[in-house]
Amino acid sequence: MKLITAVIKPHRLDEVKDALQAFGVHGLTITEASGYGRQRGHTEVYRGAEYTVDLVPKIRIEVLVEDADAEELTDVIVKAARTGKIGDGKVWSIPVDDAVRVRTGERGPDAL
Amino acid sequence: MPPGILTLAADKATLSPANTGFMLICSALVMVMTPGLAFFYGGMVRVKSVLNMLMMSFISLGIVTILWVLYGFGLAFGTDQGGFIGWDGHFAGLSGIGLTELWGATTIPVYVFAVFQLMFAIITPALISGALADRVKFTAWALFIALWVTVVYFPVAHWVWGEGGWLFELKVIDFAGGTAVHINAGAAALGVLLVVGKRIGFKKDPMRPHSLPLVMLGAGLLWFGWFGFNAGSWLGNDDGIGAVAFVNTQVATAAAMLGWLAYEKIRHGSFTTLGAASGAVAGLVAITPACGAVSPLGAIAVGVIAGVLCAMAVNLKYKFGYDDSLDVIGVHLVGGVAGSLLVGLFATGGVQSKAKGLFYGGGFEQLGRQAIGVFSVLLYSLVVSYVLAKAIDLVMGFRIGEDEEVAGIDQAAHAETAYDFTGAGGGTVGRLGEALTKKVNA
Repeated sequence: MKLITAVIKPHRLDEVKDALQAFGVHGLTITEASGYGRQRGHTEVYRGAEYTVDLVPKIRIEVLVEDADAEELTDVIVKAARTGKIGDGKVWSIPVDDAVRVRTGERGPDAL
Repeated sequence: MPPGILTLAADKATLSPANTGFMLICSALVMVMTPGLAFFYGGMVRVKSVLNMLMMSFISLGIVTILWVLYGFGLAFGTDQGGFIGWDGHFAGLSGIGLTELWGATTIPVYVFAVFQLMFAIITPALISGALADRVKFTAWALFIALWVTVVYFPVAHWVWGEGGWLFELKVIDFAGGTAVHINAGAAALGVLLVVGKRIGFKKDPMRPHSLPLVMLGAGLLWFGWFGFNAGSWLGNDDGIGAVAFVNTQVATAAAMLGWLAYEKIRHGSFTTLGAASGAVAGLVAITPACGAVSPLGAIAVGVIAGVLCAMAVNLKYKFGYDDSLDVIGVHLVGGVAGSLLVGLFATGGVQSKAKGLFYGGGFEQLGRQAIGVFSVLLYSLVVSYVLAKAIDLVMGFRIGEDEEVAGIDQAAHAETAYDFTGAGGGTVGRLGEALTKKVNA
C-alpha cells in the first residue's frame, strides 16, 4: 500500500476531489495546512510597515491506495491540481506497512 | 472656542432651547468618540492585548469625569488667574451653578458647556494611549491620566479657550482643539514614550492589526462623533458658523482619506483599509483647529495636505527607532501641527474670526500666532508629560513585566481574554480547549 499526500491550492480542492472520485478512490482525508515553497508568501503593508507573510494557506489531501494504483493516481491528482502558476503544490507517496478498518478489524488492502 | 461672540452686545443673552438641545446632542456625539477611539486603537493591536487597549480609553471616561466635576472645570474655565489657569469656587463639584445660569454671553447653560467640554477632556488623554499599546501597567496608566489632565490638560485648555488664557488673548485660533487636544496629546505621547520605551520585539516581530473591521468601526464612530466636536464648538448655531464647521469637517476628512490612499497606492501599491481609516482620522485632526476659519475649498487643501503628510510621518518611528505603537505622534501631533499652522495660510477672515491667513492677504501675522500656540503647547506638554511619566516610573514602575508583555497584557492586567476560540462548533480545537478549561466554582 501507499500513502499519497498532496499539498494543493485550496481552490483546486473540488477538482481534485472529483478526479479522485472518478478514479474510484473510496476515502480521503483533508487537512487545512499552511506552508510555502519556492515562491514564499506575500507582503502586507500597514501604515507603511511591510510584513512578509511566509505561510500561505494550503490543503493537504491524504489517500491510501494499493501499490498498483499509486503511480496513476499521482498523475490524476497532479493533473487536477495544476493551474500552471507558481504555488500549485506537491504530491508525494510513501510506503505503508499496514492499515486497519476500525469498525471491522479488516487489515491490509481489504481495509481500504 | 470663544464665548461671548454669539449675541449682539446690546442684547441680554437668554437661554436658547434650540442651542441648548443642539449642544446636549453634540456633547453626546463627542462622548461616543472615546469608545470609537477605543475600537480604532483596539483593532490595531494584537489579539492578546485588545482588551487592555480598549480599557486604556474607557478608563478615561471614569477618571476624567470625576476630576472634571471636582475641580477640572474650575481650573480650565474658571475666572482667569494670571493667564495660566482658572479658578471659580462655585464651579467646584459643579454644585454652585444655577440651572438656568448661562455660560458667558452665550445662550446655553453653564451645565451644558461644562459637560460638552468634559467630553474633550476625556478623549484627550485617551488619545495618548495609542502610543503605549501592550506594555504599560494599568494602574500606572490610570494614575498618569489623573495627574496629566490636572497639570497639563486643564491648564492648556484654559490657555487656549479660557477667557484670559494667554493663548486666547494672543488670538491663536483653535476652533475645536488642534492645539489643546491633538498637539497636546501627541506631544504627551512622545514624552511618555521616552520614559516607557519600545515594545519587546519592536521592528522584529510582526505586530499586525488583529481586526481591521474594528479599526473601521472605530474610525467611523470617530468621524460621526467629530461632528459634535467641531460643529458644537461654536456653542450654538445662530449665525451659521457651526454649520460651516460641520461642512468643513466632512470635506477635509474625505480629502485626507483620499490623500492618504493615493500616497499609499503610489508608495506601496495598494489601497489599504488601515490607510483609509488613518487618513480619515488625520483629516479630522487637521481640520479641528481650522474648521471655523477656512472655506470648504480651504478644507480640501487642509485635508489633502494632512493626509499625505501624516502618511509620510508614520514611517518616521522606524527611522528614529521610537515605538509609537499606533502612530499617535504621526497622526495627532503631525496632523494637529499641520492643521493649526494651515489656519495661518487658509483663514478667510470671513467666518469665525476676522483674522486672515497668508493666502487671503493677511500676511504672516496669524501664521506667527498659530506657531506660538503650536510650539508652546507642544513644548509644555512634552516636558511635563515626560516628568510625570518619569516620576510614576520611579515610584511604581510604568511597564509590566517582560513575561506578562510577551504572554499578553489582557490576561495579566484584566484576567480576561478578548476572544474565546475554544467553544463553538465542537471541532478538535473546541473539544481540546474545553477539556483544558474547567469552571472552578460550579
